[in-house]
Amino acid sequence: MTTIITPKIKISELNLSIDKQEILKNINVEIPENKITVLLGPSGCGKTTLLKTLNRLTDLYDNVKISGSVILDNEDILHTKSDITKIRQKMGLLSQRPYPLPMSIYGNISYGLKIKGVKKKKILDERVEHYLKEVNLWEEVRERLHHPASALSIGQQQRLCLARGLAVGPEIILADEPTSALDPLSSQAIEEMFLILKKNYTLVLVTHILRQAKRIADYVVFMYLGEVVEQGPAEEFFSSPKMERTKAYLKGAFN
Amino acid sequence: MIKKAEEIFFRILMIISTVAIAAALLLIIFSILYNGLPALSWEMISQIPKGGFYFGKEGGILNAIIGSLYLSVCSTLIALLIGLPVAMYMNVFMIKHRNTLNSVRFILDILWGIPSIVYGAFGFVIMIYFGLKTSLLAGIITVSLFIIPIMVRSMDEVLKTVPSGLLESSLSLGSTKTEISFKIFLRQCIPGIVTAVLLSFGRAIGDAASVLFTTGYTDSIPESLSDPAATLPLAIFFQLSSPVEEVRQRAFASAAVLTFVILLISIAARILSARYNRNKIKF
Repeated sequence: MTTIITPKIKISELNLSIDKQEILKNINVEIPENKITVLLGPSGCGKTTLLKTLNRLTDLYDNVKISGSVILDNEDILHTKSDITKIRQKMGLLSQRPYPLPMSIYGNISYGLKIKGVKKKKILDERVEHYLKEVNLWEEVRERLHHPASALSIGQQQRLCLARGLAVGPEIILADEPTSALDPLSSQAIEEMFLILKKNYTLVLVTHILRQAKRIADYVVFMYLGEVVEQGPAEEFFSSPKMERTKAYLKGAFN
Repeated sequence: MIKKAEEIFFRILMIISTVAIAAALLLIIFSILYNGLPALSWEMISQIPKGGFYFGKEGGILNAIIGSLYLSVCSTLIALLIGLPVAMYMNVFMIKHRNTLNSVRFILDILWGIPSIVYGAFGFVIMIYFGLKTSLLAGIITVSLFIIPIMVRSMDEVLKTVPSGLLESSLSLGSTKTEISFKIFLRQCIPGIVTAVLLSFGRAIGDAASVLFTTGYTDSIPESLSDPAATLPLAIFFQLSSPVEEVRQRAFASAAVLTFVILLISIAARILSARYNRNKIKF
């Protein structure tokens, strides 16, 4: 392969411990731009923590110690003095289950625009429609934009949360097992959306579902007990894994 | 068989307890109305006491109604202005400092547990220190101090139920913590926050001990913050201790008025909070 992949995020020598318990050990990962990078591994291997380090949600943890660096756009996120809210706006987060804001459907999408300073109703209306269309939710909700978001089904809520994240204008989408609470059809809808979104966004997806990783991954990072065991382009990773532990995992020896 | 007997036993126990609570409430309302209704009249709630009121002559308790409303509304507002930011700070900003947070909760619980007469005595000491006389202002300060821990802890219990996922999602959208507090957490918790305010208001308007030394008692309607003021609980107390049958009846009428005021404000607040409740997310 001759294509040079430009890394969007460069994680180097990242160590993280909470209450002196090591969660992440010496992580070195480069996340390629406009690709779907899948963080794969059994539960409790630290993949969610790694994801949360990327937008510094780890700030919410008590007694946490982090060393190393996470470079995004020539800036070390972990040690930057610039406004963390601005950095977070570069990264949308989709969590395990949808957490819509306690507002209307319209309010959920316009929230992100409003805190970025968009005030004109015409622009807001236009943008809300645009992002709802982008996640294929527009037709389902156009008649009830001002109904509470809680009235939507879980699958619709998750798409709403995706649209809400996109409305802030991120470059990266972080997804933490985004389909684990959803039915198969809604999961499929989310996966299909990711494949479209990667044209314009860099996606980082945490999953423990091997088949999902095979379906959509471009680049795979396999983690086990807080360490990166193996990483590489998806094809290579699934067809010819190098490490014994990866082979065992792919065969389904442990989950 | 034993399982079934156990099931029946606890079921009966629960029914009895529920009925007992409901009966106690009905009995209280009944006894207030039974004893108080004969004395309740327009004159009673529209006039201040005239000479000889406490011996059964003419007049009413308007002074106490107005005094109580001034006192409880003002102190609830002050407690809200202080309490809401404190509760938000605890649940949005301090969330990572578990140990500190637990100590704060512990201290607030102790403050909640201190009897109101102690707050009254404390308020009295402060008054003397600053050279204040018994006045509406001194009462408002004392009652605010006394209901702030109640308000903060009740709000805190509600805010604690917001899942951390909502906080993380909101942070990921690039919101500041202040925006999260007042645009997201507040909306999500409005019904619980209204309940906390009501609970505090109920304590403020119903407490006699903390206002005994601080607000004093008077037959006129206070015209400024430095005037002493009458309050309904004390009006009940003074009238109930009278040897005159008529005056004792008026005490029950005053109790009915007090209950009615609380009821009215509760209903109004419920209606208000229901309007904001529709957007609440059930997690």
